[in-house]
Amino acid sequence: MKKLLVVGVSLLILAGFFGMMAMTFSFGSPMITDMDDYFLRHGQEQTASNNECTAVVFDYRGFDTLGESTVLFCAIIGASLIFRKMQGGEEHEDE
Amino acid sequence: MRMSRIVRIGADILYPAIVIFGLYIVAHGHLTPGGGFQGGAVIATGGALVIVAYSYKEVTEWLTKKVLMGQEVIGLLGFIGAGLLAFAVGQVFFFNFLANTGSLFGMPVPYGINPGELNTAGVIPVMNFAVGIEVWGGLTIVILYMLSGLEKEGT
Repeated sequence: MKKLLVVGVSLLILAGFFGMMAMTFSFGSPMITDMDDYFLRHGQEQTASNNECTAVVFDYRGFDTLGESTVLFCAIIGASLIFRKMQGGEEHEDE
Repeated sequence: MRMSRIVRIGADILYPAIVIFGLYIVAHGHLTPGGGFQGGAVIATGGALVIVAYSYKEVTEWLTKKVLMGQEVIGLLGFIGAGLLAFAVGQVFFFNFLANTGSLFGMPVPYGINPGELNTAGVIPVMNFAVGIEVWGGLTIVILYMLSGLEKEGT
């Protein structure tokens, strides 16, 4: 009974939060658009890239992509460590 | 365990097509939706297809982890190197020093709708290729490790 009450109250709070968000912020028309407008107006001339997403990901926000690649690299190093351990620790052809 | 001849022939035909389609996505990253990550992931699915069609042992004879790990390292180092090359021309890290210069990948692009020219976008295609090679190697290594249980269940 108590568990049901907790779940109900949490659901009510969540619904209220989302409803308030939906009332406050209208979908599709953000309030602050200076950065988006700058990218859309100057992206093609500054980066010479027709794809605006690639221009942002690889040029304006290159550091983020560098971090993303590093995270992928570390994740694969970790996965290979775990699987090497699970295979009994014997020598493989990539040692 | 090898699958039937039909599956193997189908995998033989599809694998080069998948690799070429992935490289197409990587090469056109600055014109169409897609890019390095997506193209590399598409190529990695080709590796999974070949492993499913053939046996694990047969595939790892030519799809070795050494080469794939080298691909991953070369991709990451190439990405960082493309960013570091901007220091050579006296600019900041990750500056797009090739764009609008008229040299390699240096054709200027007018504002608005225009026919997509492949020879544009400066250093972005180089980074796309680097990331594509890295994701190709990395995801294929993950698939190889996850399917390495097939090795023990007999040929």
